Amino acid sequence: MLSPLHKQLLNDYQRDFPLSSRPYQDIADTLGVTEAEVLSAFTELNADGFISRIGPVIPPNHIGVSTLVAMSVPEAQLQVVADKISAHPEVNHNYEREHQLNLWFVLIATDAEHLRQVIEAIELETSYPAIQLPLLDDFFIDLGFKLDLNNA
Amino acid sequence: MLEAKDRQLLEQIQQGLPVCSRPYFEIGRLCDMSEAEVIERLSRLKAQGLIKRLGVIVKHRQLGYRANAMVVWNVPDNLIKQLGGHISQFSFVTLCYQRPRQPGWPHNLYCMIHGKDKATVLQQIEQLVAACGLNNFDQEILFSRRCFKQRGAVYQKTKPALADG
Repeated sequence: MLSPLHKQLLNDYQRDFPLSSRPYQDIADTLGVTEAEVLSAFTELNADGFISRIGPVIPPNHIGVSTLVAMSVPEAQLQVVADKISAHPEVNHNYEREHQLNLWFVLIATDAEHLRQVIEAIELETSYPAIQLPLLDDFFIDLGFKLDLNNA
Repeated sequence: MLEAKDRQLLEQIQQGLPVCSRPYFEIGRLCDMSEAEVIERLSRLKAQGLIKRLGVIVKHRQLGYRANAMVVWNVPDNLIKQLGGHISQFSFVTLCYQRPRQPGWPHNLYCMIHGKDKATVLQQIEQLVAACGLNNFDQEILFSRRCFKQRGAVYQKTKPALADG
C-alpha cells in the first residue's frame, strides 16, 4: 500500500531531484516531513519494486552504443532463449511482445565492435537471427511520467 | 562531448543514487571526486542536456500500468520529424523514436504508451492516429507480455550486471 508520502515521491521527483549536499533533507523540508521519513520511504519503494532507481536518464548513444533488437522465437523456447539473452550484462531491457517478432531487447555496448560481438554471440547461442533496430532520431523530451495513483 | 570524468561519474550514478544522507558524497568517494565536484558536474550535464532528467525512475508495471504498447508505423521519411514531434506532445506517450526499416519489418516510427489496461491504451492510440493523421500508414500494435529483464544501463564490458530489477 502506498502512503501519501510514497505517492508524492513517485510523482514529484522524477525530473528535478535536488542537486545539493543533503537532497533527501531538501525533499523533506519541501514536503514537511523528516529526512529519516524520506529515506525510509525511498528504501521501501526500492524494496517493494515500485522504482528501478533514482538516477539520470541519458539520451541514447551519448555513452556507449546501443540498439533495440527483435527476434522471432517459438513460444515453447521463449523462456530459455530469453534467459540466455538476459544473462549478457550488455542487455538492460528484455520483453516478450504480442507479435510474430515476440522477443524485444535493448543492448548497450562500449563501442560498435563490442556491440557486434555481443549480437554475434547471442545469434550463435540462440540460433535465431537478431534484427537490429538502432535509434536514428529521438523525438521525445523525457520529462517523467505523470502517474495516476488514486487506486494504488 | 563527454569528458572521461563525466563518463565515469555517469556510469557510477546510473546504477542508482544511494539512499543515504549525503548520496553525492558517496558517489564521489567511488569516483575519486569531492561531493562539490559531483554536484557541479551533474548540474552542468543536466544544463547541457546530456542528462535529460535526474530523478525517480518508476516501474510502471508494479504501479498498475500493466498495458504497455509499442506502436509502429511506416511513414514517408520526409514526414517523420513532423509526425514524431506531433505524437510526442500527447501526455500518454512515453517515448517516440525513428529506427531503420529492415527486411521483413517495414516500420520506421515508434512510440510507447503505458496505460492501466488495454482498452484505454487502444482508445489512446485511436485518438493519436486521428489527431496526427496517421490513418493512411501501415500500423502495428505490440503489447508487452512478460518482462524478462529491466534495469539501468551498464556500459563496461567487464562490469557485472547489477540486479536492481
